[in-house]
Amino acid sequence: MIKDSLDAIRKKALEQIAAVEDAEGLNDIRVAVLGKKGELTSILKSMKDVSPEERPAIGALVNSAREEIERVMDEKKKRFDQAVMDARLRAEVIDVTLPSKRSVLGHLHPNTIALEEVERIFIGMGYEVVEGPEIEKDYYNFEALNIPADHPAKDEQDTFYINGDLLLRTQTSSAQVHEMEKGRLPIKMISPGRVFRADEVDATHSPSFHQVEGLVIDKNITFADLKGTLDDFSKKLFGEQTKTKFRPHHFPFTEPSAEMDVSCFKCGGKGCRFCKGSGWIEILGCGMVHPHVLEMSGIDSKEYTGFAFGVGLERIALLKYEIDDMRLLYENDSRFLDQF
Amino acid sequence: MNASYSWLKAYVPDLSCTDQELFDALTLSGTKGETWSRLDKNLEKIVVGQVKEIKPHPDANKLVVCQVDIGSETIQIVTGATNLFEGAVIPVVLAGGKVAGGHDGGPLPENGIPIKAGKLRGIDSNGMMCSIEELGCDKNLWPESNPEGIHIFSDPLPEIGSDALEAMGLRDALFEFEITSNRVDCYSILGIAREAAATFKLPFVKPEVKFTETDVKTSDLISVEVKDPDLCTRYCARICTDIKIEQSPKWLRDRLRSCGIRPINNLVDITNYVMLEYGQPMHAFDLETVSGNKIVVRRAADGDKFTTLDGEERVMDHDVLMICDAEKEIGIAGIMGGENSMITDDVKTVLFEAATFNGPNIRKSAKRIGLRTDASGFFEKGLDPANAEAAINRACALVEELGCGKVAAGMVEAGAPLPAQKRIKLEPERINALIGTSIDRAQMIEILKREEVPVDEATDEVIVPSFRQDLNEMCDIAEEIARFYGYDRIPVTLPKNSATVGGLSWKLRVEKELRETARFQGFSQAFCYSFESPKVFDRLRIPEGDPARNAITISNPLGEDFSIMRTLSVNGILTGLALNFNRRNKDVRLFEMGNVYIAKSLPLTELPDERMQMTLAFYGGGDFFDMKGVVEELLESVSLLSGSVIDKPGEEDMVPYLHPGRQAVICIGKEKAGFFGELHPAVAADYGIKTRAYLAVLDLPVLYDKAGFEHKYTGIAKFPAVTRDISMVVPSGIPAGDIEKMIRQRGGKTLESLKLFDIYEGEQIGEGFKSMAYSLSFRNKEKTLSDDEVQGTMKKILNGLSGMNIELRS
Repeated sequence: MIKDSLDAIRKKALEQIAAVEDAEGLNDIRVAVLGKKGELTSILKSMKDVSPEERPAIGALVNSAREEIERVMDEKKKRFDQAVMDARLRAEVIDVTLPSKRSVLGHLHPNTIALEEVERIFIGMGYEVVEGPEIEKDYYNFEALNIPADHPAKDEQDTFYINGDLLLRTQTSSAQVHEMEKGRLPIKMISPGRVFRADEVDATHSPSFHQVEGLVIDKNITFADLKGTLDDFSKKLFGEQTKTKFRPHHFPFTEPSAEMDVSCFKCGGKGCRFCKGSGWIEILGCGMVHPHVLEMSGIDSKEYTGFAFGVGLERIALLKYEIDDMRLLYENDSRFLDQF
Repeated sequence: MNASYSWLKAYVPDLSCTDQELFDALTLSGTKGETWSRLDKNLEKIVVGQVKEIKPHPDANKLVVCQVDIGSETIQIVTGATNLFEGAVIPVVLAGGKVAGGHDGGPLPENGIPIKAGKLRGIDSNGMMCSIEELGCDKNLWPESNPEGIHIFSDPLPEIGSDALEAMGLRDALFEFEITSNRVDCYSILGIAREAAATFKLPFVKPEVKFTETDVKTSDLISVEVKDPDLCTRYCARICTDIKIEQSPKWLRDRLRSCGIRPINNLVDITNYVMLEYGQPMHAFDLETVSGNKIVVRRAADGDKFTTLDGEERVMDHDVLMICDAEKEIGIAGIMGGENSMITDDVKTVLFEAATFNGPNIRKSAKRIGLRTDASGFFEKGLDPANAEAAINRACALVEELGCGKVAAGMVEAGAPLPAQKRIKLEPERINALIGTSIDRAQMIEILKREEVPVDEATDEVIVPSFRQDLNEMCDIAEEIARFYGYDRIPVTLPKNSATVGGLSWKLRVEKELRETARFQGFSQAFCYSFESPKVFDRLRIPEGDPARNAITISNPLGEDFSIMRTLSVNGILTGLALNFNRRNKDVRLFEMGNVYIAKSLPLTELPDERMQMTLAFYGGGDFFDMKGVVEELLESVSLLSGSVIDKPGEEDMVPYLHPGRQAVICIGKEKAGFFGELHPAVAADYGIKTRAYLAVLDLPVLYDKAGFEHKYTGIAKFPAVTRDISMVVPSGIPAGDIEKMIRQRGGKTLESLKLFDIYEGEQIGEGFKSMAYSLSFRNKEKTLSDDEVQGTMKKILNGLSGMNIELRS
């Protein structure tokens, strides 16, 4: 009799499970059949009415019915879970081509980017980065650099004066003198900074701009070392394929002096509009430190030699980043700055 | 400095390289070429022709039909020119050829104008007769040519059918060189030719200067007295008699033209020619206008008025050097002659002057008078006194050669003694050590000799010629050797000295860190000028008498707007912000790092304090507390946040260009390190920023010493934290900072963090109060906190709150 009820319960449960369409319905069946007050549970409760001899057999039957129902239910549940997951994933499809949400980073000024490149290269070669004052004594900007009182470079046309003795430095070369006066040798330094010239603002001029000065002083420093150092620098800054060309020039504070051109990084030296057809671009001035300059700063020019160079930061920035108007560098339009 | 190929070749006869080779080689040996161009650019198939017959055009009364003999044949050309005559010898461009420009004299087209055979009003025309401008020539350089009509050859007539460009001196190239200030000798054709000869290792042939002197003695006709030998180092005078003013010969006119000088007449052309050839300007006086047969060189008196030969009256001063005769001033030395001694076509006797003056004095005088001439441009470089004599003799030789006059006997001169000849020890080892080469002594001597710098081999000394005053010591000789040996042949090495450790200075390292932090907060870097207008102080509401107004003034600024060195950094960035606002750029965040210049006293006697300022500003996308967060991140990035206090400023620290109720002062320890806040609405309006903007300034010198990049690990807490929230009603006047300060004090070591999670002012809270809620987190790093311990601390805090008249909200 119990066996019949058991069969009936099992059959009905299996049919219901087969027919159920959602997890809730399945749970209702679970409660109705296997719950505390469920049909199968009540059969177990009626076991007390079964004779002791029959109990093991009936017990086994009940357990097997329970196991079968549970197994089928679990299978069904897995299918429902899978369906729910599938539905969720389907519902959650997004358009990945919609715009991103970036945290907005700022941008360094092209001058700074260029300067950091220059610094990185020279620091790698063992150079210290030091600074000098922007308002300077005449002595440091001119006299100690072998530029005598009547030199045309001192003309008011080029230099902003505060008074007879103080001026806005026209070149970072003044920092050379401060470094040499410290009396620590050897010297291997670069000195970036702001300089001033009395030029009206236009596409290629600004009354204030930036230079990076370089100075090396030691025993046995040669012009060949100058060439090697700047050739290395140019290759690191503009690419390994870059060639350099040194042309004789004149600066009061170096002798011999040179200007350095690099092969045009736009056309590789074939000649283009960028390099005005010459294949070369003028980058910097350099030379062997003039013995007068060494002696004035207390360095024995018989024992020590050195080289110096000066490069315009804006010039590098304009060339490298192909900026066609210097005024953009000082306008601070975010549409310009955000490009770097 | 301009020089034509043909003129250089006159002194380097074996020169045979191409124009481009000359340009490149001179550039590499130190005479930098700027540009070069062919004078016969875009001129093709142009021959000398002769007009044989001119007949009217049957259908056009403004045209004529010409038969033109071009040597090989006679061709028919129709033209509208009106200056032709039968027999005229003219340049003819044949069909299929090219001319450089149109007859309107406009800008020359890049590729010239092709000429084709065609019909003009039905009549065949097989070419074109050319005007001077069609040949690409500047009509100002061709005074003998009628610019309205066809160029007509005059004496000497070229052969019919020959190359017309050759006949006109246009088979030539013009070079423009940049001469460095030390190479005064290269401001001359001879100087550049000397460089070219040395560069190409070819002989340099100086012009032969010879002439016959008459019996008339120069010293009988003129005496010279130099009263200021410091300003006039040498004055050479010669006299030419029997002067006949006429046109110069063609070769001379062509040379002047090739360098862009207009031929005038033989006398003027000679002085111009010698100026270019020798680099020595000369002046010619009509001797009849020089009274007392005397030249006196002396300073002008202050306020002297003098009329120069351009007809302008000019005012002199004591530092201007004048050329005078026995009675009057007749020229401004080195700048321009006087109207009163000007050469006219009737001149009979000419006094030539070749002098050298103090270069800087000429430069300054020319500037003060406002008259910069070709001559002053030469003199201001400081000319070689020995060259003056050579040049005046060259002029006399040309006078004779051109049949312009006769040369009187002898030269009269005055001035300072010629400088002694310099000798420099030739030190091949030191030279090689300096440039990193192993050039032998003989090769060095050869290089020097090629550029006319002799070496006394007996004493091993370089004998410095007078025209090379730039050579003074070993390094100068080294440069000569290096540039003719070839900079490109010098090896490429790296310094072999002891290794050094490179790196940024501490100051630069701190700045770099702050720059990066600003960037990560969305700020882009601006660059602003160091000088600005004194009006800035009013715009920024800086009170009269405020020390910020004690700005350093530039004595020669570009204009008032750039006349003071900034004492405040904010104007630059506000100007940048305003520009962006005007251009409708959204949510702009800018920062700048730049100095302000603080005078220790004014007028300035010692170097000012240059203080690096980090200035940040933004509008859109944030408020005061965003800026506060940026400031805190900046301080945190250099390990200074924990030592900083951000507080309401006292009266003396109030920043006038910020909103009085929305600004804060930043202190590190006790030292003021900056401030931030909302831009004062009046200042924002003045700059045209029509929205709320926020500004922060950090005075970096205060940060450098205290900043650090050290990090220390303190262990991650193992024991649980206990949190307590307190909700309270606070009188409006009590700043959150005061409450937090009290809570921190009373919270002691176990108070780990404190966070405001709600603040409210409004209807549910009474007038004059605000509701605030804090979440407090307690933790003991050593053990688990007991409830009792937390209760104890909370009690202290609650007592503190009631001490501040703050009630707990239930």
